[in-house]
Amino acid sequence: MKVAVVKYNAGNICSVINALRRIGIEPQVTDSATELAAADRIIFPGQGEAVNTMVYLQQSGLGDVIRNLHQPVLGICIGQQLLCAHSEEGHTPCLGIFDSCVCRFPDSCPAGRVKVPQIGWNTIDDLRSPLFDGLKNGDFVYFVHSFYVPECADAIAHTTYGGVTYASALHKANFYATQFHPEKSGDTGLRILHNFIHLCHD
Amino acid sequence: MNMLAKRIIPCLDVKDGRTVKGINFVNLRDAGDPVELGKAYSEQGADELVFLDIAATHEGRKTFTDMVSRVAAAISIPFTVGGGIHELADVARLLEAGADKVSLNSAALRNPQLVNDIAARFGSQVCVAAIDARHDEDGWYCYVNGGRIRVERTLFDWAREVADRGAGEILFTSMDHDGVKQGFPNEALARLSDELSIPVIASGGAGAKEHFADAFRLGHADAALAASVFHFGEIKIPELKQYLRDEGICVRL
Repeated sequence: MKVAVVKYNAGNICSVINALRRIGIEPQVTDSATELAAADRIIFPGQGEAVNTMVYLQQSGLGDVIRNLHQPVLGICIGQQLLCAHSEEGHTPCLGIFDSCVCRFPDSCPAGRVKVPQIGWNTIDDLRSPLFDGLKNGDFVYFVHSFYVPECADAIAHTTYGGVTYASALHKANFYATQFHPEKSGDTGLRILHNFIHLCHD
Repeated sequence: MNMLAKRIIPCLDVKDGRTVKGINFVNLRDAGDPVELGKAYSEQGADELVFLDIAATHEGRKTFTDMVSRVAAAISIPFTVGGGIHELADVARLLEAGADKVSLNSAALRNPQLVNDIAARFGSQVCVAAIDARHDEDGWYCYVNGGRIRVERTLFDWAREVADRGAGEILFTSMDHDGVKQGFPNEALARLSDELSIPVIASGGAGAKEHFADAFRLGHADAALAASVFHFGEIKIPELKQYLRDEGICVRL
């Protein structure tokens, strides 16, 4: 099983590599189109903001490479947002795998002020994907983000923050994505990474 | 509804790659090894860890960075590192080693621009602004150098400024409460938490489980950090979290 981690300008992929090693995978970190095409599984991780990362993905040609992948791809955090159609962050057109538009959390809701970014452990519910085998609704995972994907047909998990119930994981064809960081979500997160690596894929 | 869990964060002081303070943990091969301890805390349900480098030497710093790499390889929960961070290169070195966040204390007060620079380069989520403050006769004031020197900045002004400069979280230690085990400064905490749009971590003062509940309920804290009560086993994290949940506080179990 060859697992590639996309190397680009969205920082801190170190923790994804460490987490994969803990489940027995030695990933290849690469931005080569050939190497990415040859991998069995691809992880598109990252922390960062949409504008600069999209500029980088377009100018480097990596955006097209990612769009044309046929093997299972897992976008994480900004990786998920970049796979959507558009982000409110800098009004940025993104890769368009998912039709969703990424929105910013409101600064307040009827319950009061909303702290943005959301930082910490929140629950995932309405789980409906083999990505979550062995997990249960209400399990906690670790989030750090200011922008979110609204509820949509591609959602495979929901989370509520700041009065908003949003899609905290997505799936469409060979593309999977999580807003949270499985690599920082303890054993729950390692299980999700394990499930992704072992997804049945035709 | 906000389902975000209140976080429980053990803090470990590290010197020359070893944890300091006697740490009383059963079933640990090496209770002085930050990696072993970090793993044990992670297994107990700690939501995050903080490692503070209390050695200020060049050699000690290199050992600390090596320790950060070993921790990152072993633990799948977020961890923050602090101590000895003076410039952007220090932050880059620690993040490359695998830390998720860095905590700045005196360095931010001496060079506030560093907060902006870290936020711009690595993102706000990386930058935790640690503030040591004391309730003096004329109000809450910030202190540096391990609490020896008063800075003419009030806690609330400085907290607002670092938040505006791009800090992702505030870690507030009251020097009046730290080590006294009589609870957290809930009034000041609540004011900070209500005034700021970033999470506030209460640090120092916990002596009983009730103190954590108060920090969340009265102090509106987003997270609570403690050291010795965890290290000496006076409060066990699984029991603490069960207690908090029974009290109706959202925690990760």
